[in-house]
Amino acid sequence: MSKQYLSGDEAFAAGIRLARPEVVSAYPITPQTIVVERLSDMVEDGSLDAEFIHVESEHSALSCAIGASAAGVRTFTATSSQGLLYMAEGLVYASGGRFPIVMMNANRSTALPWNIYGDQRDSLALLDTGWIQAYAENAQEALDLALLSYYIAEHKTVSTPFMVNLDGFILTHTYEEVDVPEQSQADAFLPKYETENCFDFDKPKNMAFSAGPDTNYIFKFKEHAAMRRAIPVIQEAEAKFAEVFGRQYTGLIDTYKTEDADYILITLGTIAGLSREIADKLRAEGKKVGVLRIRYLRPFPTDEIAQAVRNAKAVAVLEKDISFGAAGTVFTNVTSALQTAGLNVPAYNFIGGLGGRNISHADIEEIFAKTEQGTQRVNFIGIEVEA
Amino acid sequence: MKEILWLGRGGQGAFTAAKLLGAAFAAKGEDAYSLAFPSFGPERRGAPVRAFTKLDDKPILDRSETELADYIVLLDETLFSPGLQNLLKPGGQIIVNTKTANPAWIAFDGDALARSLLLPVVNTVMLGALSGLSGVVTVEDMENAIDSYLAPKIREKNKQAVAQAAQEVQK
Repeated sequence: MSKQYLSGDEAFAAGIRLARPEVVSAYPITPQTIVVERLSDMVEDGSLDAEFIHVESEHSALSCAIGASAAGVRTFTATSSQGLLYMAEGLVYASGGRFPIVMMNANRSTALPWNIYGDQRDSLALLDTGWIQAYAENAQEALDLALLSYYIAEHKTVSTPFMVNLDGFILTHTYEEVDVPEQSQADAFLPKYETENCFDFDKPKNMAFSAGPDTNYIFKFKEHAAMRRAIPVIQEAEAKFAEVFGRQYTGLIDTYKTEDADYILITLGTIAGLSREIADKLRAEGKKVGVLRIRYLRPFPTDEIAQAVRNAKAVAVLEKDISFGAAGTVFTNVTSALQTAGLNVPAYNFIGGLGGRNISHADIEEIFAKTEQGTQRVNFIGIEVEA
Repeated sequence: MKEILWLGRGGQGAFTAAKLLGAAFAAKGEDAYSLAFPSFGPERRGAPVRAFTKLDDKPILDRSETELADYIVLLDETLFSPGLQNLLKPGGQIIVNTKTANPAWIAFDGDALARSLLLPVVNTVMLGALSGLSGVVTVEDMENAIDSYLAPKIREKNKQAVAQAAQEVQK
């Protein structure tokens, strides 16, 4: 293991190199560009033995990745924002075809107004496309997810594509010290990709076919079941990861001082860090508060969230997203989990960080205060009107 | 936590200085953590840019832009405005690449030193000046970071730059 000072994008590229994909097809878009640049450098200098396919668009990038995966090789792509939306058609081809492609998405706002800064509207708009969705908090977790994602996606019982999300700029462009594992460690953790879900001259089969009303629902059920089977596989992968690399992750969620907390802030991505810092400050003032970071939005941690917040007096959901005319998508998912568990815990939604707007210390303190006092269901940070 | 705000113009290497400082500090050992990041967004040569370095003895959870800095380093004198004082913590200092003395700042003639070393930019010179004044990293820390993160052919000159600037600023 060596310590290196890397940005989130660079750390992810380092993790992908260790995963030894055989095909990388991607189209650059801010703030993902550096991942693609680094991987193309690695292919050029021979440190990554992969076919780097230059494509003319994101739609082609994912189509290429699907084709390569159908040939039975480990495949990587990356995108962001409008590029991810342009891939939308291909996302369901990849998941429906059960191609365990790994994609890094740099979370970025969506047009209009045009904006290149970070928020989570791009990936959250595509939660229903059958991809596993994980959200990293820092560069180390990003690198580690590059390895974990292949283990989970390619697991025979899962065989589902995997999208790793990094907050645009705040994570993709921020440098910090990262442990970069040795190739031998990565090889000990991640088995070679082997699948029967591929073109094979010796065992010819029909792939990417049509299925009418008589059988279609069975395929959709199988996709759902495979995604739910990812939950124990995530645990298995993290246990093996801890054994090899000495870092233990916590599954679908990551809780901080939630055990005895009256008020719990639920969030995802990098802002969880500042949230924990504020939670500590409020704890020092005698407030019983905690933070729950959602690491995986799909498969959704329905039971895990309900279990963690069952004794809370109220919860807040802070997200960089809004589903216009409803509420934040994470909030809708969380309240559904509470309802499913029969919990009557008041929940308030806080929409912040849209288009890269900073979420400050004061904002998070106010979220905790409003959650304690009670507030309207959907709150836009910085806008004091009924929403 | 120590926070350093770097002001420069696109192409002057303000972010490279921010990153080298962060890397030099983090490499100190177990209880040394840092973040370094540029002001986010489109990049244009010659346009004012900001960069940030945060240094602490515990993991840094707050990734937002620095609101109050311990040091503000200006690679270009024309970027100074009196309002910068409001971005300083009590006791904070502004270090400017300039020949001109001014009670508002600590002057260091980075251009002259860079010229004498035939360096086209002053970023590592001003990094050396900051280190000499603040002591947040040693010359050796910075030399190690330069060895790790700058291209081999420019390492020696830049190591000379940080060492000389750190020494001269203390005179």
